[in-house]
Amino acid sequence: MAQFDLNDDSVVCIVGSGAGGGTLGNELAQKGIKVVILEAGGRYEFTDFINDEWDSFTQLAWKDMRTTSGSWRVHKDFPNLPAWIVKAVGGSTTHWAGASLRFQEHEFKTRTTYGELPGANLLDWPITLAELEPYYAKAEYKMGVTSTNGIPRLPGNNNFKVLQAGATKIGYKEVHTGNMAINSQPRDDRDSCQQIGFCFQGCKSGAKWSTLMAEIPKGEATGRLEVRPGSMATHIEHDASGKVTGVVYVDADGKTQRQKARIVAVAGNSLESPRLLLNSASPKFPDGLANSSGQVGRNYMRHMTGSVYGVFDRPVHMYRGTTMAGIVRDEAALNTKRGFVGGYELETLSLGLPFLAAFLDPGAWGRSFTAGLDDYPNMAGLWIVGEDMPRETNRVTLDPAVKDGNGMPVASVHFDDHDNDVKMRAHAYQQGSAIYQAVGATRVFQTPPYPSTHNLGTNRMSANAKDGVVNKFGQTHDVKNLFVSDGSQFTSGAACNPTLTIVSLAIRQAETMQGMMGRGEI
Amino acid sequence: MRVVDRRSKVTRRIVLRGGAMAVPGLAAGLAIVPGAAWAQAARNLAPATLTTLARAARDIYPHDHIADAYYITAVSGYDSGTPEIRHLVTEGCTLLDAEAQKRHGTPYLLVANETDRVAILTAIEETAFFGKLRSDLVVSLYNQKPLWAKFGYEGSSADKGGYINRGFNDIDWVS
Repeated sequence: MAQFDLNDDSVVCIVGSGAGGGTLGNELAQKGIKVVILEAGGRYEFTDFINDEWDSFTQLAWKDMRTTSGSWRVHKDFPNLPAWIVKAVGGSTTHWAGASLRFQEHEFKTRTTYGELPGANLLDWPITLAELEPYYAKAEYKMGVTSTNGIPRLPGNNNFKVLQAGATKIGYKEVHTGNMAINSQPRDDRDSCQQIGFCFQGCKSGAKWSTLMAEIPKGEATGRLEVRPGSMATHIEHDASGKVTGVVYVDADGKTQRQKARIVAVAGNSLESPRLLLNSASPKFPDGLANSSGQVGRNYMRHMTGSVYGVFDRPVHMYRGTTMAGIVRDEAALNTKRGFVGGYELETLSLGLPFLAAFLDPGAWGRSFTAGLDDYPNMAGLWIVGEDMPRETNRVTLDPAVKDGNGMPVASVHFDDHDNDVKMRAHAYQQGSAIYQAVGATRVFQTPPYPSTHNLGTNRMSANAKDGVVNKFGQTHDVKNLFVSDGSQFTSGAACNPTLTIVSLAIRQAETMQGMMGRGEI
Repeated sequence: MRVVDRRSKVTRRIVLRGGAMAVPGLAAGLAIVPGAAWAQAARNLAPATLTTLARAARDIYPHDHIADAYYITAVSGYDSGTPEIRHLVTEGCTLLDAEAQKRHGTPYLLVANETDRVAILTAIEETAFFGKLRSDLVVSLYNQKPLWAKFGYEGSSADKGGYINRGFNDIDWVS
């Protein structure tokens, strides 16, 4: 396995090993480029994962202090846990459910399609679906997405069958077990799905694609990729010309280190990536690196989410089998007749008893609440994933008072729902409830959003440097050898889970980066 | 469909496993009643405080199919809490008793009617004590593994081969 010198300034240094960073690292290594990935968390192999919600949370989740403000309910219910994401090698690809959907064409052109919306900072992406399609295809092949490349869809579990029956009954047409990066048959040296459940806790059969299972070992096998767990990046440094020169980080032993680099790629998820750029402010870049637009940290999106749980008079056992076992896509299509712009997906979701107690109705107590839990085996659940509106005021900043153990200001997350988000959520709650009522639900719970799993937009792509942080390749407008490689690049969030798009962009970025390096541009 | 056997298997070992206290011998003592033997084993908190906490726990998250032992286990950790936490829960129970005395002329534990006790809890809902107790219970009650089967939850599954041959798609009332 490769081990690069701290002073080796020919490496590409990537901060973060999740969908963006892990994929980029492997892609570059395959192309003959030397890569060091700094990962803040530890390394846990799939055999180490724990089928226990709280124990797994302790093992994998990013629990370091963060602060929140704004009118979103997460601020009230989970003031120091704005996001449920992972601090471990593989990043949140260890935790994700596997839903792998492509953006629709209009979702790359939200400003053009939706027009100007007061209070929203809509912008078209500088790329089109057609430009990304070849990379979507590569990502789907790499990840083994079901219903692509001749890979059969997964069988539906009980939770899906309830969703499917209800959705079909109220007239929905596009209902299936999803395009999932979970093996329905053995593929790519990974086993097929054993319907374990606990997809969020790390897949113990290895059937689910993650950078931990798939990208990183392949990259390491080239001898050109080194992953350093326990390495918390604190600053990106630059020279007098403004080019970045390396990354300062605190290693697993608490020692400050400095990895020199030819190129730096930031892929720490949409809360940590802007935090790192903002914390890298210098006399030359007083507002933070790559922030001449003032857009670093802004336009934070988290998807319009929520859940609906139906209670029935007969058993469902929703927790058996894949967590995200199926989807209704009808409401994701472009349709402006519902009183809001954008669309949403309804995807099955299940929680075990411990997490359902924590998330079903945070703060609730008494018999109305406990009666729901008493019927746990008779519950079915779905999660809403809708396009939320980018807003300049929804943003990640450095907390002025609170610092982490390394003395680095923590990320402070401010979020207010846009009116469009509120209208869309009301519609989705109504439709989700109707699905379960159509098959005999005796009660439905409309569950508020959890801490965010889809964190997007805080270093967004823009055609013009004044509107965003990075160009169409994720290269920062301000610093040519500094890239952003995670979901913080997203100009808008679309009505679908983001991972497939993050991976596609990373594959494309690796290709671009190789070309730029070959031409001596960076 | 394969359903989960939800019958009770509870004995005093639940408390011995989950709690921080040494509990004297008899399972019969594991009830939320004044002067309960289990509460006398407290090292730091007053026995009446622990009993009141257990009663409040049951009133906050009432499940009639769950034995008192689980609620006792859920609050038993406070006995070994920090001095600040012990102070908070002690003061909280004093507040509950004061409110109960005012309304019914008895301590909280002896207010016979659940509706009346819930009204007292509602009256103190905004206090730091209530917030702490309620949010702690979400984990200290529902994360007790022996409790899960009673809610029809099966817990870990990879060690049993997942559900691929154990009913992931065995629903028989929808098609």
